[in-house]
Amino acid sequence: MLFYRRHQKPGVKGWELHKALGADYPKVLDILDDYLKSLDLQVKTVFEEEKTPEKPTLDELDKARFYVTLRGDLQPKEAKMIGWRIDDLAGLAITIACIISKKGQAPRKEVEELLNEKLPGWKVGLNIDRYIRYGYLLQDDNAQLYLDWRTRAEVDQKALIDLLLSAETQKTDTAGLPSNPFG
Amino acid sequence: MSSKREQKLGREKLQRIIEMCMAIEAHSVDPFLLDVDDIIKVVKEYFPHWEQPEDLNLDSEAIHHLASVIKLQSEWVKHRSTSLYTDPFLLEEKITQAGKEEMIGLFLKAWHPVVELEQISIHSLAEAIRYWETLLPLKERWKELAEPEVEIGTATREELIRQRILGDKVFSEELENYWQELKEKVKAKGHDGKILYWDFVGAETYEETVQRAFLASFLITYGYATLEIRPLEEEIFIKPFETPIAKIGTQQSISIPIAVTYENWQKWKKGELD
Repeated sequence: MLFYRRHQKPGVKGWELHKALGADYPKVLDILDDYLKSLDLQVKTVFEEEKTPEKPTLDELDKARFYVTLRGDLQPKEAKMIGWRIDDLAGLAITIACIISKKGQAPRKEVEELLNEKLPGWKVGLNIDRYIRYGYLLQDDNAQLYLDWRTRAEVDQKALIDLLLSAETQKTDTAGLPSNPFG
Repeated sequence: MSSKREQKLGREKLQRIIEMCMAIEAHSVDPFLLDVDDIIKVVKEYFPHWEQPEDLNLDSEAIHHLASVIKLQSEWVKHRSTSLYTDPFLLEEKITQAGKEEMIGLFLKAWHPVVELEQISIHSLAEAIRYWETLLPLKERWKELAEPEVEIGTATREELIRQRILGDKVFSEELENYWQELKEKVKAKGHDGKILYWDFVGAETYEETVQRAFLASFLITYGYATLEIRPLEEEIFIKPFETPIAKIGTQQSISIPIAVTYENWQKWKKGELD
């Protein structure tokens, strides 16, 4: 149930597991998660609300969606092997970081301008459309971009921002400037 | 004369406030560009001049939009206090400075792609073969229907009503009455402002039930009511809105099929269908 795609989306809703396995399904998922460790995979829970509850109730779990994702991280060579060109992946990283920094919503035009700095113009629009098609982004009628289900399932948003900021600090340090950008 | 001029000026100011607030609500302007205290002063200043209902309406509309802006300001403050907040300028600076390879390296540390399978199983193959075996050939399924010869004639409105091609009331009026009925039923038999779908559409005869289900679908499509589905309990509730909500064209609608079959109707009559 977790691996197969239904209605264009992989994963399974909590209530479907509830129905198939009974009310103890969170325990079954814990056991499965433990088992998947040896395969470097994990069970990922994405809650309906943006914030992850500390102690989720059964009701919140029923409404959540469960996926199996890679537990560890990939190397650039491995990313290429799973079908991503380095430019496209960098574009995705920049787009996601930009949207997170703007409270989860950014005008498409602004994102395009940002990507245009490093990617050829003809490719920028195509890439954004592709990210939307894959489920990483969502676009509304006002051409505003949001993070969609796949980003919430696959990307550790806090880790990404922390990594970006710490990389900034390192760079500033090496230039002999204070580590606090405002300092 | 001077009072009229004041009123005109006040109306223009309120209009500008509303436009500004709407731009903020559409996220095209920073919510903190609006000085709430100044706006309240303007609204207070002109309030004694309003006598006409349209002006009072404009005043309340301005207050309503102002409240939305205050909500956006509060959300902004909340977001800044969360661990996910990052100064967009700082991040933008970082993004423009970082090389592609560096960016990839960082992203890959935070990216855990979903693992999914796209392969057929023995079980689904066996299921598909069973289905194929029971599937009738096309020529048997699409048998040509012998078209009965019908003489051309005229039909009166009453005949069309009798054949249920036309309703005996104007449709919108019928829908409004049905909406009132839903609200009354919810008050009498429902809880939490909703009622089980079958308890509302179910009627003495199957024909009437289908007719009611047909009307209920319009109540939902036209924003008079909504459906609340509990998949685990397999329960569907219908919930009336106090005032109709204009949904058509403003948001993407989804279709929810509900089987109003003769068997389900019989079960409902016997109290076996929740």
